[in-house]
Amino acid sequence: MSTLLLRHRRRFAQSISYALLLLFALIFLLPTLFMLVSSFKETTAIFSDLRSWRAFLPVGVVTFDNYAYVFERGNFQRYLVNSIVITSITVVSSIVVNSMAAYALARLRWRGQTQVFAFVIAILIIPFEAIAIPLLMLVSQFPGVDFGFSGVHLSASMFNTYTVQILPFVANAFTIFLFFQFFRDLPVELDEAARLDGATPFQIYWKIVLPLSKPVIATVAILQFLAMWNQYLWPIMVVQSGSVRPLMPGIQEFFNRSPAWGQIMAYASLVTLPVLAIFVAFQRWFVQSVASSGVKG
Amino acid sequence: MFEATSDTPLALPAAKANTKRMVYRRESWTAMLMSAPALAGLLLFVVLPFVMAAVFSLTDQRLLSPNPTEFVGLRNYERLLAMTVVKIAPERDDAGAIGRDDDGQPVYPRLRVLERKNQDLRGYKEIASRDIAGHRYLLAAKDPVFWRALANIALFALLVVPLQCGLALATALLINQKLRGITFFRTVFFSPVVISMVVISIVWSLFYDRQFGLVNQLLAAVSFGHIAPIDWLGDPGIAMLAIVIMSAWQGMGFQMVIFLAGLQSIPGELYEAACLDGANAWQRFIHVTLPGLRNTMIFILTATTMQAFALFTQIDVMTQGGPDDATVTVMYHAVHHGFHRQNIAYGSTITVVFFLFILGIAFVQRRLIAGKRQ
Repeated sequence: MSTLLLRHRRRFAQSISYALLLLFALIFLLPTLFMLVSSFKETTAIFSDLRSWRAFLPVGVVTFDNYAYVFERGNFQRYLVNSIVITSITVVSSIVVNSMAAYALARLRWRGQTQVFAFVIAILIIPFEAIAIPLLMLVSQFPGVDFGFSGVHLSASMFNTYTVQILPFVANAFTIFLFFQFFRDLPVELDEAARLDGATPFQIYWKIVLPLSKPVIATVAILQFLAMWNQYLWPIMVVQSGSVRPLMPGIQEFFNRSPAWGQIMAYASLVTLPVLAIFVAFQRWFVQSVASSGVKG
Repeated sequence: MFEATSDTPLALPAAKANTKRMVYRRESWTAMLMSAPALAGLLLFVVLPFVMAAVFSLTDQRLLSPNPTEFVGLRNYERLLAMTVVKIAPERDDAGAIGRDDDGQPVYPRLRVLERKNQDLRGYKEIASRDIAGHRYLLAAKDPVFWRALANIALFALLVVPLQCGLALATALLINQKLRGITFFRTVFFSPVVISMVVISIVWSLFYDRQFGLVNQLLAAVSFGHIAPIDWLGDPGIAMLAIVIMSAWQGMGFQMVIFLAGLQSIPGELYEAACLDGANAWQRFIHVTLPGLRNTMIFILTATTMQAFALFTQIDVMTQGGPDDATVTVMYHAVHHGFHRQNIAYGSTITVVFFLFILGIAFVQRRLIAGKRQ
């Protein structure tokens, strides 16, 4: 009898949990769903559907005109390519540059090591917002060197280049710290065995340590990808030309000049879908990398 | 021969030490070469601008200017932080009687008028005023928008941190159960984090529309039309709340995942022991879960507060600081002066003050964590 009661109580608690989970799921799913659904509707239909659940359903006339407009007039393809170039180059070079430094700090003995480590830890506290304005001044003094699909070229200033959107974000104290934590916990015997075989420290790093570091590389890649892909403050200051503008300032500019919500939603969906697809495919890795970014200090 | 044998034990450690030192030196070179690119990047793009911020704040540096930059001392800080209370006597006519307006209220001279007589009041603008006992007390600052920005950001942090962290903890507790379909729910709750804040701000601008917005439609539906339509982004008293709700919705998943990791690190035996002692679910939450999450909580609260202080994107996309400066933030103010008006010096000054706030929060965090160790 008491086990029966217990089972009833457990079932009751479970159904409450599910009710809450569903409620939260609606709250976190519906706005995104609305964006996707509305992108296939005419603007007048979006507004008339807003009065009911139809707002979240692909009902009525389904149209691809919004997407056609965005592709024709929204400069979407250009911005997408720019975002991909900027994000991928930054992520890859950030992994190499910061993991090298972290390896030197975690597994080699050298003069100045403790000071350099203290320096990296001290820098962790400086948020990008605190240096954005003086950095703007700094890069305005740099010579304009940029690259593109036609090779390297010089320009009048550092503004309106890929370089200015990549270089400041390659070296990153927090990324060094994440790599450092991972490298520090690898067994020492690993290095010692390789050293007896005559491997140099760099060979150990490249051939033994890095291949073992896939989890931390994934973490860094995901965090850096999210940060770079969604960057807004920096590009609106250093990019005025459409040729190197990434997606986020791009959609903002489209939003400011387009009055048609259908087109805006199509643009928003196009910007969001690639990231959502990557997220759903690698969601376990995303969750793990965010969780490991929390065990700090 | 004998000497040779007695030599070897002496020579061997010396040779060993020699090769050891050589290895050490080679390792030193490798280490420095390997850390050089990252260090150069950090020095050039973090430390140098950081130092430049402090230097620029003492000059009249502009982004593009034909005039040479000059050292101006603390003038920028004075302009940013100067604040004063002015006591104003009512206007009197030639006979000495207090001038009164049509409603019989005393008439006070305007700040602009006083400014002409009193040089010290030059550049001050009114923030607020109150009439007490026959005098008007006027709070004035040289940059009232900055003080407004500070108040706004404090309000934002005060609202968004509990809301966002509370939501995160609630969803983390829900997800930390052994139920079917948990991965689906976790993915859904986390999904706004990967969506750009720019996109979310654009989409939510439509949700917040007074006439057509989903939020008002929803409120009208659940209240059967009793809640009048709210002008979410157009009402100075509400605009910040609208941004708070959206920001918490977007960022909550991040903290949820960190809470989840914290929850899973609490040993299960603690819960078993509490159960044996007859603790109910609420008591287990208060006496086992919350203490177990202490450090996670401190980290999340301080990190979210720091993030809140840097509020910029939502404002730039949705309100541009309006209505009536109700959503101006410190970073928005810094970008407005430093970038749009090209006044690098003043933008840097705001940035320096912003950083001091971040430092203050970090200090509180450290004290809280140290407090536990004692």
